[in-house]
Amino acid sequence: MRRIALLAAAIALPAAAEPTQQELEKIMQRDFHARGQATMDRLSQDRLQRVCTEAHDRPAPDVAKALEADELKTIAYPQGSLIGDWKRGEAIAQSGRGLTWNDKPGQPAGGSCYNCHELSPQELSHGTLGPSLRGFGKARGAGADVQRYVYGKIYNAKAYNACSQMPRFGVSGTLSAEQIRDLVGLLLDPASPVNQ
Amino acid sequence: MAAGPMKMRANLGAGFTDVRVLMNHPMETGLRKDADGNLVPMHFIQSLTVKVNGRAVLDAQISQAVSRNPVFSFRLKGGTKGDKIEVGWLDNQGESNRIEADVA
Amino acid sequence: MRLLALAAALALSSGARADDSAKEIQRYRQMVAEGSPAELFELEGETLWKKPGGPKNVSLERCDLGEGPGVLKAAYAHLPRYFKDAERVMDLETRLVYCMTTLQGRSRADATARVFGTADRPSELELLSAYIAGQSRGVAIEPGMAHPKEKTSYELGRALFFHRVGPWDFSCASCHGEEGKRIRMQELPALHEAKYARPVIASWPAYRVSTSQFITLQWRMNDCYRQMRTPEPNFGSETTVALIHFLTATAQGETYHGPGNKR
Repeated sequence: MRRIALLAAAIALPAAAEPTQQELEKIMQRDFHARGQATMDRLSQDRLQRVCTEAHDRPAPDVAKALEADELKTIAYPQGSLIGDWKRGEAIAQSGRGLTWNDKPGQPAGGSCYNCHELSPQELSHGTLGPSLRGFGKARGAGADVQRYVYGKIYNAKAYNACSQMPRFGVSGTLSAEQIRDLVGLLLDPASPVNQ
Repeated sequence: MAAGPMKMRANLGAGFTDVRVLMNHPMETGLRKDADGNLVPMHFIQSLTVKVNGRAVLDAQISQAVSRNPVFSFRLKGGTKGDKIEVGWLDNQGESNRIEADVA
Repeated sequence: MRLLALAAALALSSGARADDSAKEIQRYRQMVAEGSPAELFELEGETLWKKPGGPKNVSLERCDLGEGPGVLKAAYAHLPRYFKDAERVMDLETRLVYCMTTLQGRSRADATARVFGTADRPSELELLSAYIAGQSRGVAIEPGMAHPKEKTSYELGRALFFHRVGPWDFSCASCHGEEGKRIRMQELPALHEAKYARPVIASWPAYRVSTSQFITLQWRMNDCYRQMRTPEPNFGSETTVALIHFLTATAQGETYHGPGNKR
């Protein structure tokens, strides 16, 4: 108890002032512990997270543009077609597994897509945090540009919307290139339930 | 596993008595596996009896389709303030419990 | 329980029948509220509160939860608050651990060995939380906000609520920042807004029907961070208490309903 009290004094905040992001990070470093694959380095806020937090997720247009340009540089496109297997894509979209301290390290993660989005009309249990993706490919076709956009968006959503709530699935290592291709298939393949 | 607590409320309405009983019971179906992958044995309430002033008025046979910590609510015809309601259960492993309450 | 299956089936109906689902879910919630398994946890919690324990072999009945030693009425509704003897802001669960160590002589390690229980075996803190929270039924929620440390705790909680962090860039606000959204079929209240925070905070801790577990706010903070893909928060840490403080303060004024029920 005493050690914690001393640490608290060391990170003492001025009464009733809003703590800075750096102060928050220090507090969290003190108040969290690693468990499973969830290691403490995950608490290091990167520049994008800091800027978005400070701007309440509404950065000035020029700031947003600059962030997006930086994020765009992170996207690595695989060779060949970006459209994978929509059936595997549906399974990946359904799965919410991966990266938690409960998940077995090394097991493939899912995209948690249905947590936030409507996709296949057959799946009624979908979230509304993100826009509906029903009919996505039907409306846009499956040309090279659309493929690159969809792949890029899943790999790093922040490249298109700086403070988006959508995770950066490729950058974070959550999904492999193969998995993202399969999700592109789910969205763009004319045979996919999304486009029926 | 010792039988958990029960809680009952019996309230008089216009010509009827509403009773609600809360029962603590795992209601294991026998189909569930524990963390080690072993089947958890069947353990569920099989019969419920309701008595009013010592006289049996309801005999129910329930199954493992009922979920854990069942809530049993029913309506009796008539009733007066101070009537003694008793609800008892017996499970497939021979454990039992019962509770008494006065109609309020 | 057929109603449970019926409500669940209706919950998965199409958008066109969303209103019917919402109505059925409301009916189900009302039914469960009128005869909640949470009350069984309150009963067991009362027994535990009165049971002597620890090396000093005393019960927790003289524990001061902020309203005076052994005073339970309104205690939960007035937490989190600053405690002079501990020199820190505490929520219910941290205060209970404090009483277990000071009154009963238990070590902190022993008192926190099993903070979150299972359906088969709730933890001591879950049972005690159910009982003590139940004693605040009908009382207006009013956490401590006057002491400088209470203000700091609130500000820290608020900052944490919006702090984006982790491999998925989530903050609490990622899910709880906008009213009218849901994750899968679970509605997400905008918890930084009083209007939406009030009914939610007024029904914690709660019995969770889908897992038959009794869940507390410390558990909720833990499980949210797990899903945010961060490492694990320390139980009863300043971080977790600050978040609970922020949420409770945002809900202030609401009449506390007693332990509630969740899906």
